[in-house]
Amino acid sequence: MTALGGPGTPDRGGLSSLPGSRARRRNDDRGSALRSTLVALVSTVLVFGVIVYVAVNSPGWPAVQASFFDKDIFWSSLPDIALAFLVNVQLFLIAEVLILVLALLLAVARSSTSAVLFPVRLMATIYVDVFRAVPGVLVIYILGFGIPGLNLPGIPTDPFLYAVFALTLIYSAYVSEVYRAGIASIHPSQTAAARSLGLSQAQALRHVVLPQAIRRVVPPLLNDFIGLQKDTVLVSYIGVIEIFRQSQIIESANFNFTPYLAVALVFLVVTIPMARFTDWLILRQVRQERGGGTALATLAGTPASGAGAVR
Amino acid sequence: MTAPALRIEGIWKSFGALDVLQGIDLEVAEHEVIALIGASGSGKSTLLRCINLLEPIDEGRIFIEGEEITGKGVNVDRIRRRVGIVFQSFNLFPHMRVLDNVTLGPRKVLRRPKADAEADAMRLLERFGLAEKANQLPDRLSGGQQQRVAIVRALAMEPDLLLLDEVTSALDPELVAEVLNVVRELAAGGMTMLIATHEMGFARDIANRVCFLDAGRILEQGPPAQIFAEPREPRTRQFLNRIIEAGRL
Repeated sequence: MTALGGPGTPDRGGLSSLPGSRARRRNDDRGSALRSTLVALVSTVLVFGVIVYVAVNSPGWPAVQASFFDKDIFWSSLPDIALAFLVNVQLFLIAEVLILVLALLLAVARSSTSAVLFPVRLMATIYVDVFRAVPGVLVIYILGFGIPGLNLPGIPTDPFLYAVFALTLIYSAYVSEVYRAGIASIHPSQTAAARSLGLSQAQALRHVVLPQAIRRVVPPLLNDFIGLQKDTVLVSYIGVIEIFRQSQIIESANFNFTPYLAVALVFLVVTIPMARFTDWLILRQVRQERGGGTALATLAGTPASGAGAVR
Repeated sequence: MTAPALRIEGIWKSFGALDVLQGIDLEVAEHEVIALIGASGSGKSTLLRCINLLEPIDEGRIFIEGEEITGKGVNVDRIRRRVGIVFQSFNLFPHMRVLDNVTLGPRKVLRRPKADAEADAMRLLERFGLAEKANQLPDRLSGGQQQRVAIVRALAMEPDLLLLDEVTSALDPELVAEVLNVVRELAAGGMTMLIATHEMGFARDIANRVCFLDAGRILEQGPPAQIFAEPREPRTRQFLNRIIEAGRL
């Protein structure tokens, strides 16, 4: 029956027709996996060993060690830095929600096809072009100093508000492109099927296209939000006392750079889990779209694993 | 005399330089089942998509029960409620359960309460042997089951006219019969249908009338017995001979 090559037949079925070859292959696989792990371990230790060795033996090391790796300053600055990080977290959480909404509106506007909506499409396109072209720091500067500078009656002066506003404007441009790619990836036959039932264009978008598109773009969205997490430090330029500003304050009080190292560590701790989660989501999606076996092959996608060789 | 379920007058449709439909005239009476046959590219699918206004036509007029649907200012969404279409590739909504696929139209377009829509949908699913699949996602179903769900989804809107666009062409051979049986049952129930198909045996059994399309025109039409046994046009004869040679009739 396997000769028919039905959908369930593994590609490699024909290769292992000799008795015992399957078991032998499994042993080979296990052996080569062990070998690759060993090679990876040795090369990692070697590379990092050389880097550390070169750094520690450089002529300037004692000075760098004193100004970047001061244990006492590290521990004494950590509570203040952690507290200031809550400002970044707030900024991130509020901006994220606003970005998800604004970006979706932009993406829907840009994905529209009707002639009447041409001006909307044009405006959305200009918006995305402008905010992807101008460096984020400049947007933050211009908004954060420019608008309060107008001295209009009743206009808020809290830099936090302008920080949220600027980050939302900047990131909505990027995120809308992610959404738009998702919308474009849904086959037109889905819209046709929805319209054939009598759903309006808007209903087809709302009930059929967007739910599928959004599900598809969750991993790249998370990727953009990792970027947003880090870019919250940019608003320190307009006077928001957040983690980076706080570390600068401590730095200038002690003439020591160790607080920056503490900041870097804080970001590592929050960002890496998010990155791993994103990877896991992507893997799960690949598995769902290609069917069971292939995702495992992707996971174990080393050349030695056999499955990789088939691909 | 009541107006025909569907009347088509001189439809032309081109995609760029390619004239896909070149003046189609057709009248379909209520409860009539029409089979559209012809080679791939002869315009069968395009004709169906034009009738459902999924493709705008370049020239001509289409009437449903006497009401012109191709005029200016016609509400296309309202027309589509009355004309159901089932596609070759099913086009179920993969993110929705079978039941939600079937009730989406009734709930969002006909504004029916969810409970009512679901009760009716369950009755339809039951009738076509799909009740136990109601809570599953489409990708858990076989091709034949998916296509039956697609038919049920179209029926849930209670259309006056059902268009079937090569509904068995994407199916494995052993799954064709279950879908054709559904269509047979609909025909027996008096559903007015326009069926584009490559299943000649099926067309002969089920259709009141067979239309042979060639290069965007209806070259010949008549009762199945006449078309299949003694076609007048050489092109029709040629087409049917090729089908017979392929062992498909």
